[in-house]
Amino acid sequence: MKTSSKLFATAFLAAALSGAALAQSAVDPAIKAAIDARHSNMHLFAFNLGLLGGMAQGKIDYDAEAATKAAANLVALSHLDTSRYWPEGSDTAIEGSHALPAIWTDKADFDAKWAALGTATEAMAAAAGTGVDGLKAALGGVGGACADCHKTYRARLN
Amino acid sequence: MRRWRLWVVLVALVAGVAWWQALPRPLPASTLDGITGDASRGALVFAAAGCAACHMAPGADLTDAPVLSGGRAFPTAFGTFIAPNISTDPVAGIGDWSDMQILNAVMRGIGRDGQHLYPAFPYATYGHAALQDMADLISYLRTLPADSTPSKASKLAFPFSFRPALGLWKRLFIAPGWVVSGDLTPEQARGRYLVEALGHCAECHTPRNILGGPERDHWLAGAKNPAGRGRIPNITPARLDWSKADIAEYLKSGFTPSYDTVGGAMAEVVANTAHLTDADRAAIAAYLKIVPPVAR
Repeated sequence: MKTSSKLFATAFLAAALSGAALAQSAVDPAIKAAIDARHSNMHLFAFNLGLLGGMAQGKIDYDAEAATKAAANLVALSHLDTSRYWPEGSDTAIEGSHALPAIWTDKADFDAKWAALGTATEAMAAAAGTGVDGLKAALGGVGGACADCHKTYRARLN
Repeated sequence: MRRWRLWVVLVALVAGVAWWQALPRPLPASTLDGITGDASRGALVFAAAGCAACHMAPGADLTDAPVLSGGRAFPTAFGTFIAPNISTDPVAGIGDWSDMQILNAVMRGIGRDGQHLYPAFPYATYGHAALQDMADLISYLRTLPADSTPSKASKLAFPFSFRPALGLWKRLFIAPGWVVSGDLTPEQARGRYLVEALGHCAECHTPRNILGGPERDHWLAGAKNPAGRGRIPNITPARLDWSKADIAEYLKSGFTPSYDTVGGAMAEVVANTAHLTDADRAAIAAYLKIVPPVAR
């Protein structure tokens, strides 16, 4: 009797715990979609920056036309409407999100940093076709704008 | 009765040895004799040693003449350390300190009144620096603006607040030699100097034991982030598989090989390493390639 009641208690607890775990892992699909969307935007930044950075480092031969196209993509990506990217509750509490809660407490500053990226990509669009030196200088501005926001609002250190 | 006396003598003896071991050991007063500092060279030492990242006011951006008014808080398991004002203000800062007083603070962790400083200040690293670099650094610090914001006291609980015990910490955890030894190329040796003496990378990237001492056999193998969630990455060759050029580029522009960017506290580190020469960044990368790989 004693053994069976222990067994029951253990099974009950295990069931309750796994139920709680399941409840926790069930993320609101809308939140998950927003996290995926903003990660996708970041991947597109990286794809286009990869070309410009490769040219700046001399790993890829400089090509004014290709550089201009990649820079135009950066401008487009940094001017997308992002109002649905950052729903409340999509912070680091969710598995896979690196967005720090400070985004929502300092929203005005966060928005200003996103706007600064837009300014930096426009400078890149103006410079990318003018030669590799102009491209290098503008890349510093874009990278600085990325890091300036990641420094404060992204959990992952890198 | 006899036995009781013996115990008193023994306890007194142990306490006496501990007290003696814990005494501050400043550098000889003649240490800087014949060495003249050069402020413009000191600016590079300042960037390589990353002084501004901790000693600027929280949130301040790095400029050509940073205001080192302090105030930034560092939460740890031992309590919260607050970086002091090290601007040239004679009252709030270090404007009134002699060169030797500054040198003893930086290389030996000894304050102006002879007290032990908390090792949140990486003097265990800076103790390996070249005296010429330190003289240059001191000259440069004297060119920076004064700010009269008073330093705030760190908030530590007993026993960590008991400064004399820090002398024992120093005896236990400050190692005289380099971690990476053997035959190094000039570039690797320069990288070792930048990482192990100035850059203090290991202060965050090396795990610490229960007393806060670095685990030198896990050198740069990654650690818990004392300031919150996540881990500080393992940057030994066991985990960091970037090329030498990738590492140097990251320390210059903040871009990773996949064109993600630096973030968190490392963004402030890159703000400093961006001021180094290409040769120095390549040297750091060369050094990281010969660090013993630790998989964890």
